[in-house]
Amino acid sequence: MATHEATGTAASLPPDQGLQGIVADFSSDQRAFKNVPWGKPMMWIFLVSDTFIFGTFLISYMTVRMSTQVPWPNSSEVFSLTMFGTQVPLLLIAIMTFVLISSSGTMALAVNYGHRKDRRTTFILLIVTAALGATFVCMQAFEWTKLISEGVRPWGNPWGAAQFGSAFFMITGFHGTHVTIGVIFLIIVAVKVWRGDLDKERPGFLTGRRGNYEIVEIMGLYWHFVDLVWVFIFAFFYLW
Amino acid sequence: MAHADVHHAHAEVQPGAHAPGQQHPLGVYFKIWGLLFVLSIASYLVDYFQLQGLLRWSLIIVFMLLKAGLIVAVFMHMMWERMALIYAIVLPPLLLFGLLGIGALEGRYTFDTRGTFFGHETTAPAPVKH
Repeated sequence: MATHEATGTAASLPPDQGLQGIVADFSSDQRAFKNVPWGKPMMWIFLVSDTFIFGTFLISYMTVRMSTQVPWPNSSEVFSLTMFGTQVPLLLIAIMTFVLISSSGTMALAVNYGHRKDRRTTFILLIVTAALGATFVCMQAFEWTKLISEGVRPWGNPWGAAQFGSAFFMITGFHGTHVTIGVIFLIIVAVKVWRGDLDKERPGFLTGRRGNYEIVEIMGLYWHFVDLVWVFIFAFFYLW
Repeated sequence: MAHADVHHAHAEVQPGAHAPGQQHPLGVYFKIWGLLFVLSIASYLVDYFQLQGLLRWSLIIVFMLLKAGLIVAVFMHMMWERMALIYAIVLPPLLLFGLLGIGALEGRYTFDTRGTFFGHETTAPAPVKH
């Protein structure tokens, strides 16, 4: 590309133009991210902000764990379940990871079928995703109940550093809340798909904008983010 | 994306016009799904076999980054998006490494001053009985 030729931005650039494409996308007072429906970058930008939230939580957990003279409780023992007489380490956590990854898979399939406008399959996959998410939250609630009954509090626990409880409840609590909100929205989107609101491009309840199948993909972005955060929590809190 | 329609920059994007361009064969998702399961099982085995020290931490981080990368690139579709969007989303969180460094410095400092002023407690954590 000749360096003195201004890039015409009236037409949308094909996506694979490297660094010059990035510069053209961002320059001269016109819409960046051409050909991307506005809802998608909006959700991505929200997810960046949520990344900072969970990032600060996990980094402060790291700081706090490094700073205690009292040893940190052994997570393989704390989160083990006694099955058939033996303590199986991290069993519940492994099952929860399995459930959440499965839900991510069904969500990706739902997005794919949504783009094909296959209403029935998309609806079923969205409901399955929501059910798996709800299962995850129930298991997390069970974990909380079990630990609270064993004496874990934000200010102390029977096994080690007092900060363990506050870090655990804060991080898993925020994550569980995000999963719950995701389940609610999954059901809302599933109902819209089922009723044909997306085919008929009916406006939403809170907005005058007309719905289309992109909202399934945007919902997918949020749900995969929830799974992504769990990958980090699983690695840093439970395994480390 | 070869048939992405050429729009005037201010025209409302036709709903569904680029939707066919976003479709990928289902097989991709199933393969990545399987890969995620394998990586999760591998991460779990790191704890099950009670690996310790540098081997444990490096494996935990490697598996975590692989899983995260696959979810972002394939499930969240990033590898098929425009470069500008990829950079706008991926670069800012990299700043968190700065916070991580600051946190590590402070944690180390607090640990040392607590040891100096309050004495060391080096016993192992109490055993857990459920």
